[in-house]
Amino acid sequence: MLSRAHEHTAAELLTILSARQLSDGQTVFAGVGIPLLAATLAQRLRCPGLTILFEGGVIGAFIEPGKLPPSTNDQRCTKRANMVLGSAEVLLLLQRGYVDVGFMGGAQIDQYGNLNSSFIGDPAHPKTRLPGTGGGNDIASLAQMIVAMKHEKRRFVERVDFITSPGFLEGGESRRASGLLAGGMFRVVTDLAVFGFDQDNKRMQVISLNPGVSREQLQENTGFSLQFSEHLGVTEPPTDQELKVVREFDPQQLYTA
Amino acid sequence: MPETKAAPGVVPTYLELREELLRRDRSLRDKVVSLEEAASFVRDGDSVGIGGSTMSRTPMGMIWALIRAGRKGLTCSRSIVSSDGDLLLASGACDRIVTSWFSQGILWGVSKVMRHHVETGKAKFDEWSHMAMGMRFRAGAMGVPFLPIRSMLGSDVRRQRPEPVEIDCPFTGEKILLVPALNPDVALIHVQRCDAYGNAQIDGLQFMDVDLAIAANKVILTTERIVSNDQIRRAPDQTKIPFFAVDAVVELPFGCAPHECYGINEPMIRHMEYYVGLVNKEPVTGMQHYLDKFVYGPKSWSDFLALIGMDELLEAARAGQSIYDA
Repeated sequence: MLSRAHEHTAAELLTILSARQLSDGQTVFAGVGIPLLAATLAQRLRCPGLTILFEGGVIGAFIEPGKLPPSTNDQRCTKRANMVLGSAEVLLLLQRGYVDVGFMGGAQIDQYGNLNSSFIGDPAHPKTRLPGTGGGNDIASLAQMIVAMKHEKRRFVERVDFITSPGFLEGGESRRASGLLAGGMFRVVTDLAVFGFDQDNKRMQVISLNPGVSREQLQENTGFSLQFSEHLGVTEPPTDQELKVVREFDPQQLYTA
Repeated sequence: MPETKAAPGVVPTYLELREELLRRDRSLRDKVVSLEEAASFVRDGDSVGIGGSTMSRTPMGMIWALIRAGRKGLTCSRSIVSSDGDLLLASGACDRIVTSWFSQGILWGVSKVMRHHVETGKAKFDEWSHMAMGMRFRAGAMGVPFLPIRSMLGSDVRRQRPEPVEIDCPFTGEKILLVPALNPDVALIHVQRCDAYGNAQIDGLQFMDVDLAIAANKVILTTERIVSNDQIRRAPDQTKIPFFAVDAVVELPFGCAPHECYGINEPMIRHMEYYVGLVNKEPVTGMQHYLDKFVYGPKSWSDFLALIGMDELLEAARAGQSIYDA
């Protein structure tokens, strides 16, 4: 599907905007799909010293153009990596604190950045059973998080049906009080805006609107009342070079259709 | 308020665990059996640990054989479950899946087969975090009843599971979650090569297979190739599972088909696409058709591979071996 600008898909925009949140020298734990592609884009364009980890057990991934893996557990993830190790071992690096940024997608998110990928509806009698957490709960529990997801009213809700991967739980100090002493939500990147989190109440707040998106339009597509940063900006549109590299890596639109 | 005391019976006592091991013949002996004989090592109602992850190094041939042998009431645990879980639930072999993630793969959205069985209450899907699954197998492999972890806290994944116990750490006073050991009755693991005794070498991603093998009370290996003990001894650093943890060895080329086996074959994506299209459209009748044609129909594993087709098999093998290209 083409976005409003009719130049790129929403998924391409998500990939490019979330890639910009990474910095050179960081160690990033990336989930499959847009996070993997965005981390790879950042690595090739701006951050040659970015180290990418996958939960299948890979350190220092270096994905080849046109060979995106169908999951982060496939052999394609290991080619030219620095190290392969057991999946428990790589997840334990999160717990030890070696990971600067966790990076994943989401099916449903709430105002405190809690993510649901387990149930739609009452978990006791679910309307839909979703695939579950995978490494999502571990990553969100133990690292600073970037989440890339499509912006839809049904996905941006006041309270998620089920907290699969914890954000700031009920806001304020509740995350810490639950025993989650490190990590937390840093950025949420959507096809409409980029969000950070209020330092005190830990609610999601808009830090920049994507090109052509108004405050009203964003609010209409969000299931909770939005808080806007006093320094609200406008997101820089994707550059030709960013789009070119994304398309080199995903020529078949495996992740970016 | 989280409970501070675990329900009884979640993990075996230490002496029960040791007795299970004493009952096994751990001598250095030839353990090579046929696929059909290996299926008889699994009993109805067993807790079965499955090696690999998602579409990688899945012991599909062994799962296929268990379904054909008519096993019932299995509880299957695996780090991440793909179409292997669909087949186990739909065939009636398994009614409980213990894992961190269950669908065919991210490319195909949510498994309608999983949804059908879980939403109608025909089967249970116990969800744990990925690291929790790893620490459960590791505790099992260590011979301890639990391990402490710092994830799952505060989430509904934790709230929904009755087994783990939240404590205040006796050293720091910090909250920490104890996850119980998982010692499956039997583990199914596919490897690239092993000898007749069961000394097994794994190339590439190991996932949780080493812990799973040591934790389980019985291990069935399927292998691309049975090699001599001399060949194993030439590269002992590549041996990941020692023979004394292994009970049966089956030589089964392309034993992960249509999933991937590192260095041997990439996933057979056209077959997977066909499969997912069929079962996600019609989770009951489409699945029955698949089971009839691809699981119950073939005379042998080779016959099943022939149904996938030579073109697709060779293409997947070529892609699989390309991991070793410069």
